[in-house]
Formats: sequence, structure tokens, C-alpha cells
Amino acid sequence: MNKIFLIIAREYITRVRKKSFIIMSIIGPLLFGLMFVIPVWLATQEGDKKVIEILDESGYFKDKFSTDGSVSFVYVGSSLDEAKADLKGKEYYGLLYIPKFDLDKPDDITFFGEKNPSIEIQGMIERMLRNEIEDIKLTRSGIDKEQLEKIKTNIDLNVINMTDVGEKEGDVLVATATGYVASLLIYMFIFMYGIQTMRSVIEEKTSRIVEVIISSVKPFQLMMGKIIGVGAVGLTQFLLWIILTVVIYNTVLTFYGGEIPQTNQMEMVQQVPASTVDSPMKMVVEKIGTINFPLLLGAFLFYFIGAYFFYGSLFAAVGSAVDSDSDAQQFQLPITLPLILSIILLSAILRDPHGNLAFWASVIPFTSPVVMMMRIPFDPPGWHIALSMVSLILGFIFTTWLAGRIYRVGILMHGTKVNYRILAKWFMMKN
Amino acid sequence: MVNLTTTNIHKSYGDFKALSNISIDVPAGSIFGLLGPNGAGKTTLIRIITQIIIPDQGSVLLSGRPIGPADIAIIGYLPEERGLYKKMQVGELLLYLGQLKGLRKAQAMEQIKIWFNKFEISGWWNKKVEDLSKGMQQKIQFIATVLHQPKLVILDEPFSGFDPINANIVKDEIINMAKEGTTVILSTHRMESVEELCDYMVLINKAEKILEGSKKTIKNRYKTNTYEVLHKKRLGMLNHGFTKVSELAVDDDFFKTTIKMEYDKTPNELLLQLMDQVEIHAFEELIPDMNEIFISAVKGVSHE
Repeated sequence: MNKIFLIIAREYITRVRKKSFIIMSIIGPLLFGLMFVIPVWLATQEGDKKVIEILDESGYFKDKFSTDGSVSFVYVGSSLDEAKADLKGKEYYGLLYIPKFDLDKPDDITFFGEKNPSIEIQGMIERMLRNEIEDIKLTRSGIDKEQLEKIKTNIDLNVINMTDVGEKEGDVLVATATGYVASLLIYMFIFMYGIQTMRSVIEEKTSRIVEVIISSVKPFQLMMGKIIGVGAVGLTQFLLWIILTVVIYNTVLTFYGGEIPQTNQMEMVQQVPASTVDSPMKMVVEKIGTINFPLLLGAFLFYFIGAYFFYGSLFAAVGSAVDSDSDAQQFQLPITLPLILSIILLSAILRDPHGNLAFWASVIPFTSPVVMMMRIPFDPPGWHIALSMVSLILGFIFTTWLAGRIYRVGILMHGTKVNYRILAKWFMMKN
Repeated sequence: MVNLTTTNIHKSYGDFKALSNISIDVPAGSIFGLLGPNGAGKTTLIRIITQIIIPDQGSVLLSGRPIGPADIAIIGYLPEERGLYKKMQVGELLLYLGQLKGLRKAQAMEQIKIWFNKFEISGWWNKKVEDLSKGMQQKIQFIATVLHQPKLVILDEPFSGFDPINANIVKDEIINMAKEGTTVILSTHRMESVEELCDYMVLINKAEKILEGSKKTIKNRYKTNTYEVLHKKRLGMLNHGFTKVSELAVDDDFFKTTIKMEYDKTPNELLLQLMDQVEIHAFEELIPDMNEIFISAVKGVSHE
């Protein structure tokens, strides 16, 4: 036990001390931070001033175009040819030519420019034209515009979950976002640190220190020590990211004097995708409150660690079997396939978070960590979670056992061309 | 002091027989040569002794009792294929390896310092392994092997990668350790090292033991009763039972003649004959060196 601890400590300390770890720990939250800062920055930033000429022969749009943000309009009264010539000489962004047209068929309106207008500007002009034409039509049909505004109705369906505890307001959007973020984080974590475990095994094998080490400790101890050590590094990095992200987020908020209430770490993570949805921030924050955070956090931690053990030991076994990274790829595929599959399954599971597919995918340990994290915000039955957790624990006991058997033989084999039959032989081999 | 015995060890990998019925006896405090061509099974035997793998049959006894996990602390093993963690500092790496062998941190520190002084590398503690030359890394590996003052040291090609000066330093350390009572198993292809260092040896070929014993008895067994004589004037005919193997003119009127005799003849009988014919300047028995013994033993078996 003492020796396993020595191995864990070495794996942990040598990694945490590395420059790449420190850089990643700082850059990670900066990237997260940028996800908040950039939209804010972009919103406050004014683009280049753009002036658009308008030649209105129809007469419908006199003085109707007004400056909007960085775009302003100039009416010209000359002929189309003159206006075009004008466009070349002066620094106009473009020329909007509105000929006389039929209100029911306004399709002769043309934009002349030296290059294509941006989608944003094209949209803006179209919106302005449409609004104006609609207004004119309304007036002509004798409908009062204010009356119409009153008739327009906004619907936001309230969703109430009927649970044993009582009724509780839910929000599909927030649940979806929460699930996605949690699932993706687990997926990312397994990939990053699973592959790191594998690399580290390969390195030990190719640098030939492994025989020295296993004359002191059992191969299984070495493998477990490495898996735990690398996993601990991952958790550390993750924690650092959360802490630093919160710090950066809050700094940015105070800097921009935002009105969003200070939220706790998890909520903050949720807001990343939620904020991209057209839903008022305040409401999102309220809805986030409906998610069962202790459960979510606990489950996240459990699946985070469980999934890493499950896949990490498989990655370690692959590392032990090969002599280089490039040889590893053929064996990596069957490991990464179920992971990728679970990401693909997510959208199907969203459609029916408690259906058959969702149930099985969240119980089979190959897909369960990623899939179950998607389901948990939708309040799956308790026994589903329990079953999934038990099966994941049994799963990783099985994979570490299997990996251990391959590992103990693999690390001492050099220069053998390994295929699945040889792996099976190693697995069956007695000590 | 520990002695090591293996009895009837068998090990096979599938159809491939790696070791067959290997019994060796390594006396306490001796330097024991474990010899054999590539692929003979030496590494497998060493891995069995170091408990990295388990034999299919047979047992390993350390001072009479079966070897067990606790014995890891008294065995030091320098594998032939060896390496270090390249990104670590020399000091912390040795500390780690020493602690894995069961040393407490303070003990390990103390021993590292002793060895740093011995090898005159006191300033190396903070050096990164990857910045060291291959020979320097070999030194560190040797230290790692003996840091925990093992009672049984197994060295697989310990001299490879060393320049002659450093090879000598290591050789002296091996002799020293044996003098102080450490049992040393030395596996090498450098027969001159075997000649120089080993008291006992075993030769393994194709998974089987083909030769064993003390250096002296083995050499005696491979003696061919052949003598080399340096003499003035050409040597004529010899009596029955004495055969001239070769004759070489050295310089004016001096000859070097190799003579093989039947086993019942003595050197004195040969001398008497020679004295009659020539003027003897040198007379020496030709004793095969380990290299010749190795080759003839291995070939002898494979020709059968």
C-alpha cells in the first residue's frame, strides 16, 4: 500500500510540476473566460461607420431609414446612373435602389455595392423594408398598428414535474444545457487523461525503466498507481479551472457592471450554453435553481471518476501492449468508439430522456457516464441511477482486472507485432 | 550473507520452452556468472529470481527458504534493458527508487550521498536525467541497483555503455561488494569479465543447463593437455602419445611449437624428450580461456 502511494505521488508531482500543466491550467479558464468576455466585448464594440446611399424612386421610404448603430443612410435624388457613379468616387458602403414597385410584389429593390453586404446589413435592410411595407399595408387595410401589437401573444410553456416530493417547475432548455455540459466534460476528461495514462505507460515501457520498477512492485500496483496519479492530476486541473473561471468571470462582471446575480460554480458552468439561447439571462438563472444540484454534483463527481477508471485502465492496457504512440491507434479505436457513440446517442436520448435507449445506454458502463449525465437533469428514477452506478463500479473492476492481466505481460514485451490474438494470449497467460 | 538455490525450474510460454529443469547453486558471497548465448533463457531465469514472473515448476530458495515478496528489499536488479525517467532529477529519482525498495527517505538520502561521493558525482542531485550522457545514466542505474544495500545483486550486462575507466570503477565495486559478503549474479557476454570476476558459473543454452561449477573445475575439464614450447632449433619426431599440433618459426632458429599429449602422459615426460632435441626457452600449458570454453560448450551441444 505504501508503495502504491509512492507511485501515485511520483506520477502526480512530476505532472503537476510540468510547464504544460501550469500553462493548461491558466489557459483553460482564460478560454472559458473569453467565452463570456468576447460576446460582451463584441456587443459594446462599434464597427466601422458605414454609409449607404438610398435612391428612392417609389417615394414610400422618405426619411424612413434612420441611422442604426454604425450604419447610416444618405438619400440622393439623382438618377440611378449618377448614383452609381457617385458610389465609385465616394466611400459609400453601397447603394440601395428602390424603383417604383407594386406593394404586393416588391422584388425590384436592388443593392449595389463593391462587395457583397454582410449578412447582418442585408438582414437589417430587409427588415427595415419589410417593416415599412407592412406598415403601409396595415394602414391601407385600416388596421391599427397598436391594436395589432396588443393581439400578438408570447407563450412560454410552464413545465411542472410531478414527482413523489411534489410538483416542481422544470425547464427543458436548462436541463438540456446542463446535461450537455456535464456529458461533454466527462467525455473530454476521459479522452485527455485516458490518453495521458496510455502515453505514460508507453514512455515507461520504451525508456525501459519498467523492469527496474517491477522488480520492486507488482505490475498491478504500478498500473493502479499510475491510473490514480494521472486521474488526480486531472481532478486538480479541473478544480483549478473551476476556481480560476469563477474568479475571471466575477472580475469580468464587476468590470462591466453586469446585472447578473453572482452565482455558484455549477450555475456558472450551465450558463455557457444557456446564454447562447434566446432566453433572458435572468429567467435562466431562476430556472437553474430548479435543478437538483447536490445530486448533479455528486453524480458528476462519481461518473467523472468512475468513467476515468473504467476507460483509464483500458488505455493503460493499450499502452502496455505497444511500443509507440502510432502503434497504439489500432487498439485505441475500439476504446474510443463507445465514447464517441455515447456522444452521438445524446441527441436521441434528449428526445426521450427516459425511454428504452436512454435506460440501456445509461446502464451499460461503456456509455453510462456520458449518457447518465445527460439524463440526470431530467430527474431519472432513482433506481436507474443506482443500477447505473453499480454497473459502472462492476465495470471498472472488470476492466482494471482485464487490463492488469494484459499489462503485466505487455510491459515486458518489446518489438513484438501485437494483434488481438496475442492480447488474448497474454490475458490467458499464467504469471 | 545469502546463498541462492533454484531447483528444477521449468518455464514455457505456450509451445516455447524458455527454461527446462534449471537447478543452480549460487554460494553466499560469491560472484556467479550466468552465461549463455542470446535467447538461451538467462533473462527468464533472472526474472524468476527477481519474482517478476513465476516458474511453471520448481522453486527458488534464498538461504534455504522459499523466496517471497519481502525479499524484494534484499535483492538488487540491474536489467540489461534499462532506463530511467528522463524528466526527473537524478536525486529525486534515486530517492524514489530507493523508497520503492523499502528504504526510508532519510536512509535513502544517506546512501545516495555515499554513492555520489564514491562515484565523484556530488553535484548531480539537481541534474535532469535527460541531460546526462549514456555512461552517466549507467552510473545512476548502478547506484539505483545497490542503493538499498541488497544481499543479492543481479547484474545483467553491467559494463555495457561504460568507457574502460568507468567499467573499472564498476568492476571494483562489484569485487568490493562480494568481499563484504554480497552475493552477486553476473550475466554477461564479455568473457574476459567472467574470467576476471567470477568464482562460479553456469552456462545455459536453449533453455537447458549445459555447464556448471567453479571456474577452476570447468577450466580443468576443458584442458586438452596441450603445451606450448619456445625452443631453439627445429624439433624432430616425438614419441608415441605426443603430437605436434603446430610449429611456428619465430625468428632465426627460434620456434614456437604446440604439442598435445595423451592424458596418461605427464609434462615431465614431454620435457625429457624435448631436452634431448632442443634448447628450451619457455614451456607453458595451454589452458582454454572462457571464450573458447563458451564456444565449444555451446557448439558441442548444438551439434549433437
